[in-house]
Amino acid sequence: MHSIPGRRLIISLFLIFLLLPIYWLVNMSFKTNAEIVTTMTLWPHQPTLENYKRIFTDESWYSGYINSLTYVLINTVISIAVALPAAYGFSRYRFLGDKHLFFWLLSNRMAPAAVFALPFFNLYSAINLFDTPWAVALAHCIFNVPLAVWILEGFVSGVPREIDETAFLDGYSFPRFFVKILVPLIASGIGVAAFFCFMFSWVELLLARTLTSVNAKPISAIMTRTVSAAGMDWGLLAAAGVLTIIPGALVIWFVRNYIARGFALGRV
Amino acid sequence: MDKIVNQKAWFLVLPVFAVVAFSAILPLMTVVNYSMQDTFGNNQFFWNGVGWFKELLDPSTDLGGRFLASLGRNLLFSAIILAIEVPLGIVVALSMPREGWTVAVCLVILALPLLIPWNVVGTIWQIFGRPDIGLLGYTLNSLGFDYNYVSNEFDAWATVIVMDVWHWTSLVALLCYAGLKSIPDAYYQAAQIDGASRWAVFKAIQLPKMNRVLLIAVLLRFMDSFMIYTEPFVVTGGGPGNSTTFVSIELVKIALGQFDLGKAAALSLVYNLIILIVCWVFYTVMTNVGTERPQKKGAA
Repeated sequence: MHSIPGRRLIISLFLIFLLLPIYWLVNMSFKTNAEIVTTMTLWPHQPTLENYKRIFTDESWYSGYINSLTYVLINTVISIAVALPAAYGFSRYRFLGDKHLFFWLLSNRMAPAAVFALPFFNLYSAINLFDTPWAVALAHCIFNVPLAVWILEGFVSGVPREIDETAFLDGYSFPRFFVKILVPLIASGIGVAAFFCFMFSWVELLLARTLTSVNAKPISAIMTRTVSAAGMDWGLLAAAGVLTIIPGALVIWFVRNYIARGFALGRV
Repeated sequence: MDKIVNQKAWFLVLPVFAVVAFSAILPLMTVVNYSMQDTFGNNQFFWNGVGWFKELLDPSTDLGGRFLASLGRNLLFSAIILAIEVPLGIVVALSMPREGWTVAVCLVILALPLLIPWNVVGTIWQIFGRPDIGLLGYTLNSLGFDYNYVSNEFDAWATVIVMDVWHWTSLVALLCYAGLKSIPDAYYQAAQIDGASRWAVFKAIQLPKMNRVLLIAVLLRFMDSFMIYTEPFVVTGGGPGNSTTFVSIELVKIALGQFDLGKAAALSLVYNLIILIVCWVFYTVMTNVGTERPQKKGAA
């Protein structure tokens, strides 16, 4: 009843459209450069692991993945930690300027990264955080914290207020109620919010690239190095690309049952 | 649910306020400061008042011309991708399988493009579209189309748009799917008894249930396409010529490329202001949709 005629065909075509470019990248990552440039082959005729081997053995390559994952994880932890109490506050209480504050937060989620690139560069250089994962993690808070507040507010509002009141009557202090009762109740919401923080921090490049130079360089910035005097190293580029897809794919697999609700930001 | 008035709630919100204020207000102050000044390097600044803003909004100057042209391109781009992604996303959501293991597979594949770093999305399409080594470019050229996104403006636009559709339609589809999932079966049974047509079911049941998530989808898609930077930058580099130079690309060129701080700051402020206004309109509409709902339910 909820479906439309020809739905199998439509969904299959769309999924093929999504997978084809990714397949092409995977396909190229297993080819040698000679095969890529000289012939057009639908699958690698002389499959090689050389491209991957180079990434895993060269420190300047694999350190990029470590750097990226470091700032993404720091960012996710900070975002969730500060957003949880705020989400509770917005959901339960009315206070001076609450609506304006919520809108202001939301507007920061929408602010273009390009606007902040230069001032962030100045700010983080001034406080000696430039070229550390902390700079990128804090910079990404500008769009992830508002998003986390927005998602968690939806989930906290789904918890009936009677539960709070009963807990306080039972003599729970506020922090204890928060950790022992509220957090377990909205665990799936926290998972969804963490997923989104991970996602938006992982895919962002402009700020991450602007705020790092050598030590904390993210993988996405290192990938631009494959252009050299000898021409493009397409195989290596493709292999590096495939490896950036894997963490995302793993995370999706873990939250697959919550994806639909998560994308509605907990408010359907 | 009526909320209790309690000013102490500010303490709960304070950490968020501190973190975001640190990343938003301080840098924005720098931008405002720069936007009023001119620099000739060596950290020497001169007061320029509203000069940059005047230049920015006057299409006859270099800065104004570049800004307004990129703004026009960006609005056209946003309009095109919204016109494609929203209907397509609805159709895909309606085509989702109802149950079984295929649901999980479809959801995972749909979400996949959303978690690929944006520059890798650019790389994927850069490779995929190349006439010499890419499947798409090679196929189109062997079919007799003269397709080359590096030299042809139309092809560059088509590539950037198809790339965005590939990248973000899933978001719209997943949002709509979540909206559809929340419709109780009883609604459909009632429609069946009334002998409602497929189209009537869509218009009277599914679309109203989706309107809230659709608003979120349109808002997110408009904002993200309006500040798009990485993907077109990787694929076309803003070219050929300036044909795919969107506002963010222009801004980064001026700010980090030429280090023209005053001009970049003035552009940033105007850019931010446009986004703030659009965001406010959406926010107002969205909160109104939210408050209307329970009343309707109460009446029924």
